[in-house]
Amino acid sequence: MTTGKVLAERTYQESIISRRLELRRQLGYIVLLLPTLLLLLVLFVYPIARLIVTSVYDGNQFTLEHYRRIVEVDLYLRVLRTTFTIALQVTLLCLILGYPLAYFLASVRARTARLLMILVLIPFWTSILVRTYAWMVLLQRQGVFNRWLLELGLIDEPLRMMYNRIGVLVGMTHVLLPFMVLPAYAVMRGIDPNLLRAAYNLGASPFQAFLRVFLPLSLPGIAAGSLLVFILALGFFITPALMGGRTDMMIAQLIETQIRTQLNFPFAAALAAVLLIITLVIFAIYNRLLGLDKMFGGGY
Amino acid sequence: MVESAAPLQRAAISTRPSRRRWSLPWSRVILGLFSALVLLYLVAPVAIVIPMSFSAAKYLSFPPPGLSLQWYENFFTRADWTSATIQSIRVAFTVMVLATVLGVAASLALVRGSFPGKELINLIIVSPLVVPAIIVAIAIYGIYVRLYLVQTFVGLVLAHTVLAIPYVVINVSATLRGFDVRLEQAAQSLGANSWQTFRYVTLPIISPGIFAGAVFAFIASFDELLVALFIAGARGRTLPMRMFEGLRMEIDPTIAAVSSMLITFSVLVLASAEFARRRSRGD
Repeated sequence: MTTGKVLAERTYQESIISRRLELRRQLGYIVLLLPTLLLLLVLFVYPIARLIVTSVYDGNQFTLEHYRRIVEVDLYLRVLRTTFTIALQVTLLCLILGYPLAYFLASVRARTARLLMILVLIPFWTSILVRTYAWMVLLQRQGVFNRWLLELGLIDEPLRMMYNRIGVLVGMTHVLLPFMVLPAYAVMRGIDPNLLRAAYNLGASPFQAFLRVFLPLSLPGIAAGSLLVFILALGFFITPALMGGRTDMMIAQLIETQIRTQLNFPFAAALAAVLLIITLVIFAIYNRLLGLDKMFGGGY
Repeated sequence: MVESAAPLQRAAISTRPSRRRWSLPWSRVILGLFSALVLLYLVAPVAIVIPMSFSAAKYLSFPPPGLSLQWYENFFTRADWTSATIQSIRVAFTVMVLATVLGVAASLALVRGSFPGKELINLIIVSPLVVPAIIVAIAIYGIYVRLYLVQTFVGLVLAHTVLAIPYVVINVSATLRGFDVRLEQAAQSLGANSWQTFRYVTLPIISPGIFAGAVFAFIASFDELLVALFIAGARGRTLPMRMFEGLRMEIDPTIAAVSSMLITFSVLVLASAEFARRRSRGD
């Protein structure tokens, strides 16, 4: 009886001590986290919150003036439309080029795939400015492609491949293609080949097996890649600024000029808020469909 | 009889571990060719810059008509290029150190700790990766104007650190998750205090993740254009800013030389990251 009491008492005491220790441990973690959290709150969360406030509050009162301007002025609507169109076109191009490549890489031996993947990763880790420069050298009026085509007699005068939509699409697809290939490849590698063998055994033709088994199983990878490419394309600045024509202005360029040449911060803030909301909505979809943790788990 | 033989035959073929797992040979040839073309599209523009940077011509052509180091000479002798490069290296190095220290601490807390709001904090920390750079750039610019941090070294470093921390946290968290906590418990039961445990047990094991995170942090800052464009100012001009100017006005061939060096640099970085990864797996 007494032993039982003593034991119970001790367990109780120990639980308090261990709870205290646990609390101290957790406090320690919070202290470790604090500097990063503080930096992000001050230089990321707060600035963006303030940006949004600036877009709807002119110092005295609430206003939707800047948003009205976006919707009412043709030029700005056109920029929004162009931004969406280009993002969509680039996503489609990445899908068309990226899916077969990922499929191919997933079907060869892992060693070979790893070697070939280097060819995807080298441009991936090269600065966007360098890659844009390379394309400018290739595509410009006096550029490498035009010179070759002229020498071969295939054309009589230089083709316009830059400072228009072609240049933007070629350059942006080049930059964003790895974002499609890497998640698509990761998912395809994980597909159990036995499932396809099973389909063959049940009498499916290779095409049927691909359509009914492989394609549905690879969907998470291409959904991840497509959403990622689309979001990144929406906020693109460097390539359209350097390789686009006048009519290819995208929203990031508009925001930049509104601040740097028009000095219209509240209007730029409204544009940024629109871009932010669209981006966040797509991310919410992404999170719902695939989970955000998958996004960065590609291993590369 | 004929009807039942066909599936059997197919079964015999497909249970063999053949190379035609997924498709027919002829479609494989087309697939292989197409993939080769896509890989060429990815690599050729990057690869072509290097021979062109040694061109003796005043314009850029491929193949180059003669060899010369004129563009490299231009780069190393012109103060606007060298000072921008030095500035970028200084900023990126400071960002790398700062982001790595902060990021490792934050990763430990996020992986090991269990406190309210952890998920939200995790989300906040990685979100600089997904919010378009232009938004981050003008948002930070907006408050820097008030804090008098525009055109300062500290301002640029802090802003880039915000962008670099997610890379460190993602890489370090990944290695921490695969970490056997019993190793730490063993160290502590043998009398190590928490710092010693971290320094001699945890740190060596998670070092590949830290290395990869640090490399990414460096590159995140070194390649960053938009934030720098708004807050660095002409005197604190970084290399991407100088390149952007060079591309906007006329296409300055000096950029071919810069680009070649940057490509070499990223290949080296990629190779070292791969090396670290292999070593960490022990093969």
